Amino acid sequence: MAEFLSLHDAVARHVEDGATLAMEGFTHLIPFAAGHEIIRQGRRELTLIRMTPDLIFDQMIGAGCARRLIFSWGGNPGVGSLHRLRDAVEHGYPQPLEIFEHSHAAMACAFEAGAAGLPLAVLRGYVGSDLPKVNSQIKFIECPFTGERLAAVPAVRPDVGIVHAQKADRAGNVLVEGIIGVQKEVVLAARHSIVTVEEVVDDLEAGPNACVIPAWAIDAIAVAEQGAYPSYAHGYYPRDNAFYKAWDAIARDRESFAAWLEEHVYHAGGAA
Amino acid sequence: MSLDYTAAEMMTVTAARALENGTTCFVGIGLPSEAANLARLTHAPDVVLIYESGTLQTKPNVLPLSIGDGELCETALTTVSVPEMFRYWLQGGHVDVGFLGTAQIDRYCNLNTTLIGDYREPKVRLPGGGGAPEIATNAGEVFITVKHSKRTFVEAVDFVTTVGFGRDGTARDGVPHIGRGPTRVITDLCVMKPDPETKELVVVSLHPGVTAEQVREATGWEICFAERLETTPEPGEQELEVLRELKARTARHHAGNEMGENA
Repeated sequence: MAEFLSLHDAVARHVEDGATLAMEGFTHLIPFAAGHEIIRQGRRELTLIRMTPDLIFDQMIGAGCARRLIFSWGGNPGVGSLHRLRDAVEHGYPQPLEIFEHSHAAMACAFEAGAAGLPLAVLRGYVGSDLPKVNSQIKFIECPFTGERLAAVPAVRPDVGIVHAQKADRAGNVLVEGIIGVQKEVVLAARHSIVTVEEVVDDLEAGPNACVIPAWAIDAIAVAEQGAYPSYAHGYYPRDNAFYKAWDAIARDRESFAAWLEEHVYHAGGAA
Repeated sequence: MSLDYTAAEMMTVTAARALENGTTCFVGIGLPSEAANLARLTHAPDVVLIYESGTLQTKPNVLPLSIGDGELCETALTTVSVPEMFRYWLQGGHVDVGFLGTAQIDRYCNLNTTLIGDYREPKVRLPGGGGAPEIATNAGEVFITVKHSKRTFVEAVDFVTTVGFGRDGTARDGVPHIGRGPTRVITDLCVMKPDPETKELVVVSLHPGVTAEQVREATGWEICFAERLETTPEPGEQELEVLRELKARTARHHAGNEMGENA
């Protein structure tokens, strides 16, 4: 049953060094506040899982939290590279980063399989691609009914899943609106889940088919206003596209990144 | 009458014209998104645009910077989860055209967006595959639009992120439930199509004022030209006007929440 905790306490309780950690939000509702809290608490040796690492994993990788990355598109959307990710892959800085690289279709299926309690996901994918040659987590199987060759990837079943959402009610039920990505799948696939929300309300006012995650499927809820900034929360604030562009220069250089981290994460209390 | 237009505008307009009205198109971000929306705002008002963030039948008023900008969701008919997008809508066979960009492309239309150099010791690490590997095989056909240069058009890609026709042109042969693959490549110099037999890219149309020599110089292999080489029709006045308005609107929109641009 969802327990209301401060973001600090939610992270301290559930995220351990060496954990496999999925933090989702497909461009939208990216849990930046939680990522910054993990950086502040100095977690190390994490296996980070996200379809699009985005700035949040660029920051966590640059801060030295990550040992391994499972992903499917590692750029700064609409801008270019994630320079901290590239520095880790190309130069082993601040430490070597082992990567397991997928396509979006495969990762989406892997999250869904995790939520469904299955060991693997099956898809019509990776035909002719070199990705299976460099990622041992991509195999091919034969359909027992038709004989068709299909791709298989292991389900994502992280120790911890963290997502951001618009709101929770006082019982801890959560409403996700807009681009919902794999938010529900991550919460259900993870052993423990943390949901950060913009606000707690009396009534979710959710329609019958809305994306609602029940309180009893969540471990911890933490209020984090602007917790997805500089990504966005549909109905609350827009994506700060200008910051995404500015990030290119900040992250390109090790020293300017370190200075940014110092000012905006280490010395920024719980704020994003 | 001849209008003033840039090579980039020529490319976008030509790419837009490739999309027929009523087509369902899975759109990549960047140039494909620009072309697909120009099509929607000109000759193809009923084109259905789908982005991998789950936004179905979206009609953005400004071009999105990211694949998941709020604009896409707010103007969509409906927004589905990302697993549903890839499993039901793409893999389920509801997409006519996948519209992609790339960092590298070779003579058999294989696309590389993963890295330059060796996988374990890359010279340059690129973002990776994203939706492209399955868009390219599960959509009915694929259009590619990319600026023409020797850096992009290489003899053989360093890494096949997304298959065109494989290293020897046969990768799709005998594979069940696979799309036709790339059917045209639109650059700022010309239009290319794969040879029906060998699957090697052939220039079928040069943009006005472009010479075969210019295309050869911008291509990393000995590119072939069709026997009946055509001249691509010029952009029309209305197309240029709509494109310029769209780009101006987009620039204003993305500058609207400027913060630390020069940080």
